[in-house]
Amino acid sequence: MDQGTVKEFVRPAVEDPTSLWQPGDAWLAGGTFLFSTPLPDMRRLIDLTSLGWENLVIGPQALHIAATCRVVDLYHFVPPADWTAGPFLREAVDSFLAGFKIWNGATVGGNICTSLPASPMTTMAAALDATLEIWGPGGARRTMAVPDFILGNHLNALQPGEILRSIDIPIDSLRRRYSYQRFTLTKHGRSSEFLVGTSDPAKGDFILTITAATSRPFVLRFGAVPTSAELRATIANVVAEGDYFDDPNGSPAHRQHMTYHLAEVIRADLAGEAR
Amino acid sequence: MTFVVNDREFSSSPAPGQCLRTFLRDLGHTGVKKGCDSGDCGACTVWVDGHPMHSCITSAEQMRGRSITTIEGLADGDELHPMQDAFLNSPGFQCGFCTAGMIMTCASLDDEQRADLPAALRGSLCRCTGFRAIHDAIDGVAHVETDVSPGKEIGASVGALEGRGVVTGSVRYTMDEVPPGTAHIKVVRSPHSHARAIRIDTAAARAVPGVLAVYTWEDVPLKRFTTALHENHLVEPDDTLVLDQVARFKGQRMVAVVGETVAAAEEGCRQVVIEWEVLPAVLDVQEAMLPGAPHVHHRSEDAWITEPERNLLIDMEFGRGDVEEALASADVVHRATYRTPRQSHAQLETHGSVAWVGEDGVLHVRTSSQAPFICKEKISYVFGIRRDLVHVFTGRVGGGFGSKQEMLTEDLCVLAALDLRIPVQWEWTREEEFIGGTSRHPMIIEVALGATRDGEITAMAIDVTSNTGAYGNHGGETLGASSAALAWYRCRNKRYTGRAVYTNTVPAGAIRGYGAAQPTFAMESAIDELAGLLGMSPMELRRRNAVQPGDNLAVGGAPIDECLGSYGLDQCLDMVQSAIESGPSLPAPEGPEWSTGVGYAMSMYDTSPPTEHRSEASVELLADGTYLVRVGTCEFGNGTTTSHVQFAAAALGTSMDRVAIRYGDTAESGWDTGAFAQTGLFVAGRAVTYAAQGLRHRILEYAERQAADGAAIELLADSVMVDGRQIPLAELAQRAAAEGIALSQARKAYGSPVSVGFNVTGVRAAVNSVTGEIRLLQVAHGIDGGTVINPQQLRGQVEGGVTMGIGFAMTEWWQMDDQGTVLNPGIRMYRIPNFADVPPIQVFFADVEDSVGPFGAKGCAESPIDPVAPAIANAVADATGVRLRDLPLVPPLIFEQLYDSYLQRGAAV
Repeated sequence: MDQGTVKEFVRPAVEDPTSLWQPGDAWLAGGTFLFSTPLPDMRRLIDLTSLGWENLVIGPQALHIAATCRVVDLYHFVPPADWTAGPFLREAVDSFLAGFKIWNGATVGGNICTSLPASPMTTMAAALDATLEIWGPGGARRTMAVPDFILGNHLNALQPGEILRSIDIPIDSLRRRYSYQRFTLTKHGRSSEFLVGTSDPAKGDFILTITAATSRPFVLRFGAVPTSAELRATIANVVAEGDYFDDPNGSPAHRQHMTYHLAEVIRADLAGEAR
Repeated sequence: MTFVVNDREFSSSPAPGQCLRTFLRDLGHTGVKKGCDSGDCGACTVWVDGHPMHSCITSAEQMRGRSITTIEGLADGDELHPMQDAFLNSPGFQCGFCTAGMIMTCASLDDEQRADLPAALRGSLCRCTGFRAIHDAIDGVAHVETDVSPGKEIGASVGALEGRGVVTGSVRYTMDEVPPGTAHIKVVRSPHSHARAIRIDTAAARAVPGVLAVYTWEDVPLKRFTTALHENHLVEPDDTLVLDQVARFKGQRMVAVVGETVAAAEEGCRQVVIEWEVLPAVLDVQEAMLPGAPHVHHRSEDAWITEPERNLLIDMEFGRGDVEEALASADVVHRATYRTPRQSHAQLETHGSVAWVGEDGVLHVRTSSQAPFICKEKISYVFGIRRDLVHVFTGRVGGGFGSKQEMLTEDLCVLAALDLRIPVQWEWTREEEFIGGTSRHPMIIEVALGATRDGEITAMAIDVTSNTGAYGNHGGETLGASSAALAWYRCRNKRYTGRAVYTNTVPAGAIRGYGAAQPTFAMESAIDELAGLLGMSPMELRRRNAVQPGDNLAVGGAPIDECLGSYGLDQCLDMVQSAIESGPSLPAPEGPEWSTGVGYAMSMYDTSPPTEHRSEASVELLADGTYLVRVGTCEFGNGTTTSHVQFAAAALGTSMDRVAIRYGDTAESGWDTGAFAQTGLFVAGRAVTYAAQGLRHRILEYAERQAADGAAIELLADSVMVDGRQIPLAELAQRAAAEGIALSQARKAYGSPVSVGFNVTGVRAAVNSVTGEIRLLQVAHGIDGGTVINPQQLRGQVEGGVTMGIGFAMTEWWQMDDQGTVLNPGIRMYRIPNFADVPPIQVFFADVEDSVGPFGAKGCAESPIDPVAPAIANAVADATGVRLRDLPLVPPLIFEQLYDSYLQRGAAV
């Protein structure tokens, strides 16, 4: 939709656009959120896509995904064959409520910064233990883990003027086994619950990431694959009833019920138990 | 850098915050549509460098230098793109408002995407078709018959008249054609459910650059009216003002700001300051009837309201026999309460209109309406303008489903246009459809049924409490319609009681299945429950008690103008049951938590509304020897104009390409009450048929003058044979004109007597008792609509109606909090069925010919929705043993019941 209050469209001529920031600014990537709802406080759009950040770089320790990497580019990224969790990058994209036309515009960073409980790029980044690189005005740089970055529904830790620069996924995470479960109220709907379990085959550990069901991601770490009862107890300890998200796409009671159910399916799968 | 659209360069610049959609439309590409303006529906899909994107959520400025293709640039000159051709010939559309975006999407799919259409089309919504037609188009399956010879029109799947315009994006919907210099309206809506505006400060708003006017309750005519568009305006209360000092629901429009641009009008709205006196509000329909409840309206406002002190808009009670005695003496009695929710129409084209006073001194209103003639009357009444100085017309309407049987935008445009003497438009946002538009009346329905041990129904009673929201709209008529659920079973003792109640919530209104879909859910669920008590198969119980020719159709004792013009219920029951029993369309999911079941439901519908409905049509022979039909009804994908041309061609013995039609325009034709309740076919269709038959007679009469007495005269497709001499119609027309003789005829038709038709739905569903998911494995639907005029059009209507029923039953979850705020006012969070949610629907037509309808047809566009929800609920009960009496059947609302029962069943094993 038109944003009638926007008075200026800025293509930054600098490498670090945070220096340009002033109140009323919005960082524009794909625009799929910024043009989707009335935002009457918005005065300028700063176009990050003109900065030319490289989409996907495989480093020695991590896969670096630029915040401005379009979702479609992540979808078409072909991970090295020894990344057991590599296919999850694509599966996470397939978990968007939005279809492929939106992927042509939407960006990985934009989806995380929109910070909806059901943002699938948040799920992907949280489940794969990504580190978020954040730039702030005056050359400030910091990094954060996803569960620390997402504070609640549509709420994150970015301060005025800060931008998300990249999502760095440890190669080690991409070499873990994984299993995920997702529930939607309608087929191809928005995730009501999106849970991911991973395990290092060598260590036999177990990490469960709960998203969409809760207002913010929860990451539960176990030294070994827990029993059913241990898993339930841990979820009950860590996730309070008030953490379950309440919106038109689910109810807290159903989300809690589904969280236990789906977590158990994932646990059994990674434990190699036949259901 | 410039913008390149369809290989043409444009040097103009968008506003910095403008999206690509409106920029493309500003440049003249009006094929780019707005359905949601939030990236959810896909109606605005264009290609950017060959890749499809939703232009409504794409920054226009960011696209500078990119190559953009819109629907207008897809064809190669006159040569349609294969996908356009496929959509034209499937046909893959009904109203066509989604079609440009749908074609741009489908034409871009690669093989991998085509292999998984449910995933690929998740961002492409159609509210009309039910998606099968779109699937066929993508697969290149053509159903349209292009070579229909004269005499074969009736029963042929001829294509939509405006089809080429639809697939090329050139057909003009409401907002695609507005006068230059049109100003824009935006409104300030109430943040309170009930409050009085004691002071409205508009000074700052007026000072905003580009703001032309600000209107409040002090600026409007002091005439109350009903927004409902009915022939008889007295059937609903006059309880609405153009702008009111009192807000009766959160979201009510309070102040209108006119701006040179949308942005100016929006800024003006933000600058309006309203000082409120907040009043106590009542949101719950049952609380509203209690003593001491806040009064939504007062008697002084409209004497029509039955009892404003109890918020009672109207109550009704009628029946025959002695229900209490019959229940007391019945062998088996079933009593239960059922609840149905709101449902949004979600027609793809939002409401909108534009008004201006022409140089001719006439007020012209172009609007997205289902009833332009009634709208004209209402404008004439509210604004005190002579009728001949008001002209209301539609373009092609982008879907209605009842939402546009209501005057919701026209009045403010007229107010501003009369004041400012410039064209003024108001185009609703999708959010406004939810917070300021209408929806299905929520109803609480108590059912009582009595039967003998061997399954004869001896008593039927329903009690309906309908929530009309803050205004009457269609509250009275939908309440009356809710008694229909007593009509399709033969039973000596029937009782209907019902009431429509005001609450401080967004008003309900007309919507497909008008007051009938709700009690049908209750009654047809109850019939299954009664069958359970009797130990009888529900279908056996239905067959045993179904209304038969010769039975009473009236629920009460008064004479009615309703008749069984034909009867195809038995065929529908047989065809649907046989289809379901022959096995599922989709495999059942595996796992202990899944169980499957079968359910059926049936319903009866009237072919026109109980209030007066009339239509006048004319047909004339033009100087070039072709015919022109003029009729007042509207085209919004219902296909009636196509059927009208079929009727005219059949009656005149000519080919369809020799018949043109003009519609939906008060300046073009005589009166038409409007396009709703199957009347486009049943009433307007008869007017066209009668006029065409009359003209045929008149042409033959005139031709006789050209011949000797007793000569053989025959009307052919393009000529008249007189004594073996062929006179081209063009020549005949010119001769008649020279003699001052008009070869034209007009006829009127009425919605009386009313005939009835039937629908039967069968469903096979799988239910997951852990998650609450319901998966439809098979849907079969039989319809008794009389003679089938256009099989593909009817099939599309049925599939679309069934799909809307699936939405009503299990995907659409309209939510409001306890403060009266609509929680999901958009189609991202209010989920209408999309491609993935609709299983294949098997459609069957009864083979009957109606004695009342045109060419034996009854019309039935509205009705297929009625039995869908109860069939699904019955299938769920069959699968799980759990009876769900409240819609919608969405997992968060039903999982506890299902899971508890599952655990108990597990414990029993």
